[in-house]
Amino acid sequence: MTERNEFAVVNHSVPRGDGMAKVTGSAVYTSDMAVEHMAWANVLRSPFARARILSIDTSLAKSQPGVIDVLTGEMLKGLHPYYGHGVKDHPLIAIGQVRFVGEPVAAVIAEDKLTAQEALGKIAVKYEELEAILDVDTALAQGTPRVHERDFADGAFRGFDDFPGAAGNICQAVHIEWGNVDAAFAAATHIAEGEFYFPMVYAYAMEPYVAIADYDAKGQLTVYSSAQHPFMVRHDLAQVFGLPLNSVRVIVPYIGGGYGSKSYTKIEPLVAACSWKAGRPVKLQLSVEEAFLTTRGDDARVRIRTAADAKGQLVARHATIHLNTGAYAENSPMVCRKAANRIVGPYRIPNVKVDCFAVYTNTVPASSYRGLGGAQVTFPGESQIDELAEKSGCSSVDFRLKNLAQSGESIHPGMRPIDADVPGDVREAARMLRMDRPLAPGHGRAVCCSASDAGAHPVTLAMVQVYADGSVSVLSGSTEIGQGSHTVLTQIAAEEMGVPLEKVRLVGSDTAVTLFERSTGASRTTTLMGRAVLEACHEAIAQCKIMAAEVLGVTADALVEERGGIRCGERRLTWPEILEQYFQMEGCSIIGRAYLRKTGDLKLIPVFWEIGVVGVEIALDEETGRITLDSLVTIGDVGLAIHPAMTEGQDLGAATMGLGVGLFE
Amino acid sequence: MNIGFKLNGKQVNLEIEHRETLAEVLRERCRLTGVKVSCEAQVCGSCTVLVDDLPVSACTYLAYEVRGKRVTTIEGLAGESGHLHPLQQAFLDHFAFQCGFCTPGMILAAKALLDERSEVTDAETVAYMNGNLCRCTGYLPILKAIRQAATELRGGK
Repeated sequence: MTERNEFAVVNHSVPRGDGMAKVTGSAVYTSDMAVEHMAWANVLRSPFARARILSIDTSLAKSQPGVIDVLTGEMLKGLHPYYGHGVKDHPLIAIGQVRFVGEPVAAVIAEDKLTAQEALGKIAVKYEELEAILDVDTALAQGTPRVHERDFADGAFRGFDDFPGAAGNICQAVHIEWGNVDAAFAAATHIAEGEFYFPMVYAYAMEPYVAIADYDAKGQLTVYSSAQHPFMVRHDLAQVFGLPLNSVRVIVPYIGGGYGSKSYTKIEPLVAACSWKAGRPVKLQLSVEEAFLTTRGDDARVRIRTAADAKGQLVARHATIHLNTGAYAENSPMVCRKAANRIVGPYRIPNVKVDCFAVYTNTVPASSYRGLGGAQVTFPGESQIDELAEKSGCSSVDFRLKNLAQSGESIHPGMRPIDADVPGDVREAARMLRMDRPLAPGHGRAVCCSASDAGAHPVTLAMVQVYADGSVSVLSGSTEIGQGSHTVLTQIAAEEMGVPLEKVRLVGSDTAVTLFERSTGASRTTTLMGRAVLEACHEAIAQCKIMAAEVLGVTADALVEERGGIRCGERRLTWPEILEQYFQMEGCSIIGRAYLRKTGDLKLIPVFWEIGVVGVEIALDEETGRITLDSLVTIGDVGLAIHPAMTEGQDLGAATMGLGVGLFE
Repeated sequence: MNIGFKLNGKQVNLEIEHRETLAEVLRERCRLTGVKVSCEAQVCGSCTVLVDDLPVSACTYLAYEVRGKRVTTIEGLAGESGHLHPLQQAFLDHFAFQCGFCTPGMILAAKALLDERSEVTDAETVAYMNGNLCRCTGYLPILKAIRQAATELRGGK
């Protein structure tokens, strides 16, 4: 990636804004925090995948010195204990029954961590074990009981325009169809057909789930959490406790990794209920083992067939995807939608039919994991592209080049046309991998690609505060999960306001301070929040112009904008000079703001197509089956990289996690 | 029980419980939260600290074992004047972290490696750092950072 120099700050690999804190150990994560008068919670978990809770006796635990209280599902009167942004099916602690091994059944609140842990052994729970529904086929079989015995209300989550829900053990069904698949297969020359299984995986963010909740006597709920989406957590907490939005404050310090696993609400309602019960701030720190029992990626069975004509043109793809969604919906309805969209690939295929089902089972709830459905469906789809290339007597790269959509071409009717040069990306990957070299014995080589509908639902609000001393604050609801938002957003503000990067500070993520940002994920921070920051800067500059015109006694059209200020004939005024002269007072500041929503050029979904192109050469030891990676090429078609080094780092990190799943996990 | 040890160059004496791990003592009693705890099973390396210059997993190391020894955490790595250690600077220069949770342990393990050997091949680095997991970066930037720091510590050659 070459750096262009038309920008002063943007497109330069500047030092990370969080760098010093992270290499010196002073960066504070939720797990490092303590608040005054804080108690500790620890959770008793279900040993059964499916059981009725007959009784819970907490008296012995409660009598232990240091134990403040024990929370169970029977003590939630006054709360709305079921939450979920898609389906409100998730009780904050088991109520009457358990639906997966590891489900929280009781929470001890104690003066210290150890006491809480000890008291868990003094809780007696009587269960009536029921036959567990552990896989998709069982869940869908005639006569199998429902994982949930009743229907739940939809979450008020507006991103789910296409959230039809479903019945029985199907949590969500998504159907996509265009053209006539049956006729196309009947007339096709080459057909690839197969069944693929993508196993359960855990993202393993290094920092396990952790939250501190303080439900104070004035009815203000403050929560610190390692959550990717503080505003989604706020929404769920406000619903559970029946509080107005201004009474729920979610603060997210640095997050120790997520990769999807920290999206949406996790342990926050439980910790908040503990604080509500105990009348004290409460911290719950899960172990990694407990984190495994909190969320995972959907495992997927993909039945797929793809067809090409005699000339090697793709004519049809037909897929049926079953996701094992586990006991609660979490974000799996969206994974279902995205898996269906993403299995098409970046190709022009005239006949497509996809049926995708997210299915409830008595397993750990599945949710977002690295590109929602992309990992699960790309391997099946791309395997069949290779198979068809071989059947057509064509190289896999040439076959792709023949079928990939060009920039501006549509791959999904009604969606934004492809806005990247995918054929160019594939050509570049093939060139870097030197696909034309003869292959050594035991070696294999491939270039594959994917197109993800990225950005999620575009509602992103931002503020930029411009101070009279020339410093600038960016107020952003995006979280710093390692992706570099604290760096990239300040770069954009420094560039637009024409001030040195050192003068820009990022304020976040605190729902009481920053405006709404739907989420941090789907590669939307630079693209959507970055754009909101840019527009907020423009709005601040527009205000400064009006002020300058008044100060100078001219009309605004007599002013020319220059980097860091305005010019009027011979006179030049910087932003600080304008603010000081306008307010006649030192220390003032103004706010520029931007409200992005699904309108104008953001009306078409997706916000952008995220293209992933990967090339690998591997060596296979045929005796042991051991695979060694010889070369890895990744192409991210990102447009202008705001921070080239971190952009490359993101791509390398993602590819490495993919290698983990592909080869080891 | 009472234990005395050198923590980041300064003598400390603490009253602790026998069962406390070094990670608990450092994080909770000494408020050195740069010691990060993840797997609690001596696998991920995020809690790595140096005891008499050797890397240990503080999550499973009983605190009383540091009696009379020297303990170095990430907070003690920069010089008195605040000058970063060449490894810290190299991690910044190469963007060798993202979320940063594994970083203190990673840097301390690398320090033990470079204290032990001034010349180190990539293969040796990879083998030595095997006990430190990073889920964000893909490791290559970390390898580059360690290379840079090794060169600098050898006097720029």
